[in-house]
Amino acid sequence: MTHLNDPSLVDWSRAQFALTAIYHWLFVPLTLGLSFIIAFMETLYVKTGKEEWKRITKFWMTLFGINFAIGVATGIILEFEFGTNWSNYSWFVGDIFGAPLAVEGIMAFFIESTFIAVMFFGWNKVSKKFHLVSTWLTAIGANLSALWILVANSWMQYPVGMHFNPDTVRNEMTNFWEVLFSPVAINKFMHTVLSGYILAAVFVIGISSWYLLKNREVRFAKLSIVVAAVFGMVMSVLIILTGDQSARLMANHQPMKFAAMENLYDGQTKAPLVVFGLLKTNSEEKTGKEEFLMKFEIPNVLSSMAFLDKNAYVPGIKDLTQGNPEYKIMSVDEKIAKGKVAVQALKDYSNAKKANDSGALSTSLNLLNENYKYFGYGYLTDAGQTVPPVKLTFYSFRIMVGLGFWFVILFIIALTLILKNRIEKKRWFLWAALISIPLAYLASQVGWIVTEVGRQPWVIQDLMPSITAVSDINVGSVKITFVLFAVAFTILLIAEIKIMLKQIKIGPKDGGNE
Amino acid sequence: MFETFSHIALQQYWYIIVSLLGSILVFLLFVQGGQTLVYQLGKSNDERSLLINTIGSKWEFTFTTLVTFGGAFFASFPLFYSTSFGGAYWVWIIILFAFVIQAVSYEFRSKPANLLGTRVFDGFLFVNGLLGTVLLGAAVSTFFTGSSFVIDADRHSSWTLATRGLEAALNIQNLSLGLAVFFLSRVLACLYFFKTISNDAIILKARKHLLYNAIPFLVFFLLFTGMLMLKDGFAVNGSTGEVYMQPYKYFRNLVEMPVVAILFLGGVISVLAGIALPVLSFSKNGDKAIWFGGLGTVITVFSIFLLAGFNNTAYYPSVADLQSSLTISNSSSSHYTLTAMSYVSLLVPFVLAYIVFVWRALSKKKTDIKDLAGEHVY
Repeated sequence: MTHLNDPSLVDWSRAQFALTAIYHWLFVPLTLGLSFIIAFMETLYVKTGKEEWKRITKFWMTLFGINFAIGVATGIILEFEFGTNWSNYSWFVGDIFGAPLAVEGIMAFFIESTFIAVMFFGWNKVSKKFHLVSTWLTAIGANLSALWILVANSWMQYPVGMHFNPDTVRNEMTNFWEVLFSPVAINKFMHTVLSGYILAAVFVIGISSWYLLKNREVRFAKLSIVVAAVFGMVMSVLIILTGDQSARLMANHQPMKFAAMENLYDGQTKAPLVVFGLLKTNSEEKTGKEEFLMKFEIPNVLSSMAFLDKNAYVPGIKDLTQGNPEYKIMSVDEKIAKGKVAVQALKDYSNAKKANDSGALSTSLNLLNENYKYFGYGYLTDAGQTVPPVKLTFYSFRIMVGLGFWFVILFIIALTLILKNRIEKKRWFLWAALISIPLAYLASQVGWIVTEVGRQPWVIQDLMPSITAVSDINVGSVKITFVLFAVAFTILLIAEIKIMLKQIKIGPKDGGNE
Repeated sequence: MFETFSHIALQQYWYIIVSLLGSILVFLLFVQGGQTLVYQLGKSNDERSLLINTIGSKWEFTFTTLVTFGGAFFASFPLFYSTSFGGAYWVWIIILFAFVIQAVSYEFRSKPANLLGTRVFDGFLFVNGLLGTVLLGAAVSTFFTGSSFVIDADRHSSWTLATRGLEAALNIQNLSLGLAVFFLSRVLACLYFFKTISNDAIILKARKHLLYNAIPFLVFFLLFTGMLMLKDGFAVNGSTGEVYMQPYKYFRNLVEMPVVAILFLGGVISVLAGIALPVLSFSKNGDKAIWFGGLGTVITVFSIFLLAGFNNTAYYPSVADLQSSLTISNSSSSHYTLTAMSYVSLLVPFVLAYIVFVWRALSKKKTDIKDLAGEHVY
C-alpha cells in the first residue's frame, strides 16, 4: 500500500472531488429551491385558473430544466468517485455510507425522474391536477435526494450508530435511526436545502428585476418577485435558526473546525465573536498562527453561540493541538499515541487470529476497543496536520453569513416595494437584486468550503484521514481525469449560462422556448 | 421480518435485487440504442427531433437506474464497489463520462445559443449510445472472465495491470457481450419506436434496421453464450470459501439451477419473439413487440447475473489471485445493514407501480411531429 504515502495522489484526488462537488453545487441549490417556487406558482394557476400563472410557471420551468440536466450530469460522477478515487474509504465505511446512497436512488431519484417527465411533457397529456401533483412530487423528490446524501455527509462529520468490526476491518452500522436522525444530519439537511431555497429566491428576484430594468414583462416580473420574496423571507428566518444550531453542533463535535472558522488560537472564556476581521499576510509562516490585522468583535457572543453560556470556555487551536489539562483537553500528540496503539492492536488481532492465539486475540481486541476513538490519529505524524486551512475557513464563514444577512434585507425591501407598487421606479434596487444572483452562488459555495475544508484532514472525523482513504491509482491517471472533468464541466457551464441568458432574453412569451 | 433471515439469505436477496436492477438497466439501454439510430432513421430535422423527443422522455429512467444500480451495489456489496471502481478506473471513468455528456445533450441540443451546436450534442448522444452499451456489456462479462486485482488482509484492493480495466475490452468474450448489448439496445429501440412513433417514413426504416441489428446481436450473443458454456469457471468451496477453477462451471450452474435455466431459455425465446413477431405480421404485432423484447431482456440478463453469483460461484473473480475473488458472502455488507436495506427494498414494487402508471399516462397515443409544437422540446 505504498500509495498511502503519496501526498500528491491525495492532493489530486481531493482536487478532483472538490472540482466535481463545486460544479455540482453550482446547479443543485437552484434545482432544490426553484422546484418549490415553480410548484407554488403552478398551485396558484390551478387555484385561480388564470393563464398568466401558467405562463409564469412554464417560463421558470424552462430555466429549471436547463439547470437540472447539468446538475444530474455532475451528480453521477460524484457518486461513483467514492469508488473510483476513494476505494479504501468505500470499504472502511461502505456498510454505513452506501445505505443512504441506495435509499436515495430507490426513494428519491425515481420520484424525481418519473414525475419530471410529466412536468415537462404532460401539459397536454394529463389533467391539471395530475400535472400539479407531479410538479410537487418532482420538488419533493429532488429535496429527498438531498436528504440522503446529506445524511451520508453528516455521518462523516459526526460518525454515530456504528461499531468497528476487526474481523472485516470496517465500520458497521448498528443503528440506522441514529444515523438518519443524528442532530448533525437533521440540521445539515435543513441548513443546506434552505440555502438552496434562498439562492433560488434571489435568482427569481434578480432575473425579474432585469425585466423591470428593461421595462419588459412588468406584471410577470412583479408576480414572480412576490412569490420569490415571500418564499425567501420565510426561508431566511429558518436558516438563521439552523445556522445558529450548526455553530453549536460544530463547537461540540468538531471544535477544531470551529476554532479555525473563528481564527481562535488561544481558547478563552467569555469569547468574543469576530464580526469582521482582516488577517495579516504570511503571519502563519512567521509565528505559526494567523494574526489579525484588524478586527471588530462583540464580547461574549462566541461563548454564547457555542455553548449557550456567555462564560463558557471556547477552546482555541493551541488548546486543541497542544492540549489543555485545566479544561481536560487532550493534546494531538497523546491522541496520535493512542491512535498508533489502536492501529497496532488491529494488526496484532489479525496475527493472533491467524495463529489461533485466544489470549493475544483478547488482549489486542481490548486495546483496540479502548483506543479506537483515536484510530485515525494513528496515521498522522504531527499535531500540525490536524489544523485545517484557517484563512480560507475564516473568510469563507464571514462571506457566507454576511451575504446571508444581505439576502434577508433584499427580500424585505423587495416585498415592501412590491406592496407599495414602486419597485420598477427603484432602479438601484433592481440593479442590486440582479448583482445579488452571483453573490447567492458565492454564499452557497463558501458554505461548503467551511464545512469541507474546515474538517480537514479528516474524511471521517477522528477515524480516517484523507491520506488513508484513496484508491491505489497512478497519480498521472487522476491528473488526466481532473483535467478532463475541468474542461468538460467548464464547457458545459459556459453552454448552460449562454442558453439560460438566451432564454431569459426571449422571455416568458412562449414558456421560454423559441 | 428480515431480522430472522440468515446472513447468506440476505446476501442472496440483495444479489437478486442488484441483478434485477442490472437487468432492468440493460432493457432501458434502448434509449442509448435509439440515440445511435437517430441519423439513420431520421432524414429531416423534424424526424430527428421526433426520434430524440420520443426516447428523450425516458432517458432519465436509464440514468436513474444506473445510479441506483451503483448505489445498491455500494450498499450491499461494498467490496465490489471499492475493488471494481477503484481498480478498473479507466473503464468506469469512460462509462461515466459518456453518461455526463448524455445528460446535458437532450436539454441543450435544440436550445438557441447552446455553444456547441445541435450536431455536436447529437454526436454526444451517439457516443453515449455506443460506449455506454459496449463498455457496460464488457464490464458485466468480466463477471465470468475475471479481472486482475489483489485484495490484502485489510481489504485494500490493487489492480495489477496498468491498463486499469481497459484490458477487458480486448477479451473476445467480453467484447462479444459488449457488442451484443449494443445491437440489442438498437433492436429494442426499433421496437420502442414501433410502439410510440406515428410516422410512416421512420417506421419503415426502423423495420429494416430491426433486422440489420438483430442479426449481429444474435451472432455476438451466441458467441458469448457458447464461450460461457464451454469455459472453466470460478467455483467456490462452500465449506472453506476457497476459490478454484472448475471445468464447464457455468454450464453446470445452468444444469444445477433448473429455474435459472428456464429463465434463461424463456428470456431468450421472448427476445426472439419480440424480433420475429413484427417481422411476421407488423400490423398485428408491431406495437406489442417491445414488451416481448423488453421482458425477455430483463429475464435473460437476470439469469446471467444469477449464473455468475449463485451456486457457489465467485461473481467477481480475480485472475491475478484466485483467493482475492469476490463472492456473495465475502464482499457483502453486515447482517444489520442488509436487514435495514431490505425494509427499504419493500418500496420497490411501489416505485415500479408509479413508474408504470406515469409511463402509461404519457404514452396513451403515439407521437407525431405535429405533437411537438407547444411542448417542452428537446
